[in-house]
Amino acid sequence: MSSPCAAATGTDGRIPLYAKRETIYQKEVMGWFQRLRAAALFVLAGVFLIGPWLSWGERQAVWFDVPARRFHLFGLTFWPQDFIYLSWLLIIAAFSLFFFTTIAGRLWCGYACPQTVWTKLFMWIEWLTEGDRNQRMRLDRTAWSTGKVGRKLAKHALWLAVACVVGTTFVGYFLPIRTLLPRIGALELGGAEWIFLAVACLALYADAGWMREQVCKYVCPYARFQGAMFDTATLTIFYDRARGEPRGHRSRTTDPAAANLGACIDCNLCVQVCPTGIDIRNGTQYECIGCAACVDVCDRVMDDMGYARGLVRYATEESLAGLPVRVLRPRVLAYGAMLVVMSTLFVWALAGRVPFAVDVLRDRARLYRLTSEGAIENVYTLKIMNKDQQPHAYRIAVEPAAFALTVPDTIEVPAGGIVDVPVRVRVAAEPPPPASAPVSFSIWPADAPERVLHEPSRFLAPRTPGAPS
Amino acid sequence: MSFGWSLYVTVLTLASIFACFGLLVWARTTRAGEPAPNEALGGDFDGIDELNTPLPRWWLLLFAGTIVFSLGYLVLYPGLGSFRGVLGWTSLGEHDADVATAQAHYAPLYARYAAQPLPEVARDPHARAIGQRIFANTCATCHGSDAGGGVGYPNLTDAAWIWGGKPEEIEKTILEGRTAVMPPFAPAIGGEEGIPAVAAYVLSLSGRPVDPALAKAGETKFKSICIACHGMEGKGNPGMGAPDLTDGDWLYGGTETAIADGLRHGRAGKMPAHGELLGPDRVHLVAAYVWSLSHTDGE
Repeated sequence: MSSPCAAATGTDGRIPLYAKRETIYQKEVMGWFQRLRAAALFVLAGVFLIGPWLSWGERQAVWFDVPARRFHLFGLTFWPQDFIYLSWLLIIAAFSLFFFTTIAGRLWCGYACPQTVWTKLFMWIEWLTEGDRNQRMRLDRTAWSTGKVGRKLAKHALWLAVACVVGTTFVGYFLPIRTLLPRIGALELGGAEWIFLAVACLALYADAGWMREQVCKYVCPYARFQGAMFDTATLTIFYDRARGEPRGHRSRTTDPAAANLGACIDCNLCVQVCPTGIDIRNGTQYECIGCAACVDVCDRVMDDMGYARGLVRYATEESLAGLPVRVLRPRVLAYGAMLVVMSTLFVWALAGRVPFAVDVLRDRARLYRLTSEGAIENVYTLKIMNKDQQPHAYRIAVEPAAFALTVPDTIEVPAGGIVDVPVRVRVAAEPPPPASAPVSFSIWPADAPERVLHEPSRFLAPRTPGAPS
Repeated sequence: MSFGWSLYVTVLTLASIFACFGLLVWARTTRAGEPAPNEALGGDFDGIDELNTPLPRWWLLLFAGTIVFSLGYLVLYPGLGSFRGVLGWTSLGEHDADVATAQAHYAPLYARYAAQPLPEVARDPHARAIGQRIFANTCATCHGSDAGGGVGYPNLTDAAWIWGGKPEEIEKTILEGRTAVMPPFAPAIGGEEGIPAVAAYVLSLSGRPVDPALAKAGETKFKSICIACHGMEGKGNPGMGAPDLTDGDWLYGGTETAIADGLRHGRAGKMPAHGELLGPDRVHLVAAYVWSLSHTDGE
């Protein structure tokens, strides 16, 4: 079952290397792990759907304003220059993925990935409109009728409705949702905005409705490289072959030992509930997203049969071989330590983040200027970027002390604004200064002098014989 | 693009696309002697078999889609040699459209300021900020970011104005540009002997200490020739861009050498016209900014 390919030999003996997808009819299953997944769905989808409706002061609390290149996150506003924090966050996410995957396999795929979350919701809608697995299979086999059209239409309408809600919410993180909805209602969006909205909505419809496990199998890189983090002590969903084989049908009253049978009754339910259509009894496969549907369904069958649970269970290669389960091992400790270190550093860096930045640009057209008073001047433009959510007044100084600065006493920069300050730096022509000397501008908010930034630049003067170079 | 190059690009582009299509058709199925789908391809990778797993059919269709897309693109947009595409798109046209959009967007704002007298615009901080940005983009190259000027480029922050410092005069300078000519006067003022004398007199006009006898000799020459433009008292003439020689402000430097050079070789100053580049509304804003630099009290 590892491939949905129904290879049909062509007339010339060649076999197509591109196979039509075979629909997977997933059987509904309930159990401990599925309840956990449902809880994760409610929490994650809930956070996602509520997210853009939260307010912070005058504006949306979480708002990624791409046209203005401002990324608001509650009390913090990030600028493109702050992308280091995003890469840091991604590093933390990566270590977190390594850490949890090493401990218990594809936890991310099974419980947290949006793809799985929304697919689960879409499968529920399918169950609502088209019935359970057998009813769906029968419906797809029957000829088109009013009833079939009605059920299919209802399913796709509901899918599209959910996709539109989710897609609009997604767009709402980029275009403020409180103005977005009325603008959609009044058909007032711009061309690019309509395309963005349509892509966001249709992407989910296509993904959770049509693509499903194919995204995990063919598209998703994480699905593939998580396997590389498994070792023999990683908790993964295993079929206990030693206990299950030889498999076979039997009545509830049969004594398996007497009939020379293992615990597996070969009911095939584990295959029917699998969202990726694999048979877990063939061992660990790359298609397995670790959703534990087979664990839940097999436990129920074992209960019915009066056998012990756990024929399909979270186990490690070592535990199946009779060794104890080891969670704390060097690899896990190393990943865990990196996770803690990175997270701590991230929080520390964020707390100490200076919410303004300065660029110093030397005037390019003229190296220096000689004044009527016999001084040498250089001109700079200081770009002061106030990344804070409050306006600030800034002060500027220059070092070393021989250099004098002509600049307003304070420079007011509105919240989130950039102000260009032309700055004139002057030094006496006697004694002749070096042709090129380092200078350093200090810039600080008047209300927080400890948050000073030092920006280096150079001061150019005429080349004078005998002057230090 | 010449016809030869056009043909070369067209043939190369189309041949590549059709070669891709051929490759796609060729690789669609297994070949003789190859393992069937889902059978091992051979080779040992740490005991892991690589299977000849079929890709989904929609994947193949994606490839086909890229070919359809590229052909459609080449029909609509310029891509095949000199062929301009049926949409007639050009990057220049897109730029012009973007500029037109931006101008339409800002026109009401500019129009509001254009209707105000210049000193009133200069008192509006928002207008000054716009003016400063226009200045930084257009004017700072010569006059410096601080508008402090340099040799040959006037300082716009002081009280000395060669062509007049009234709001309308500044605006006219920016709109229409200015051309100033100081002809070489060496032969007329007595050659190399006369030059130091006139230079000494000119320096004395702004109160600089000079040799009185030399200056006296220079005064005669100055008053017979230079006064035509610079005036009897050397106060200059803003109508023709003759600088005031008494204010201690020197466009080409205030040393004796610099003044002697001016007398000997002449000077030619050129402020280019910016009316066409910026448009009258933006000139009004940048003129207000320039005026505000020497009128910090707004009066």
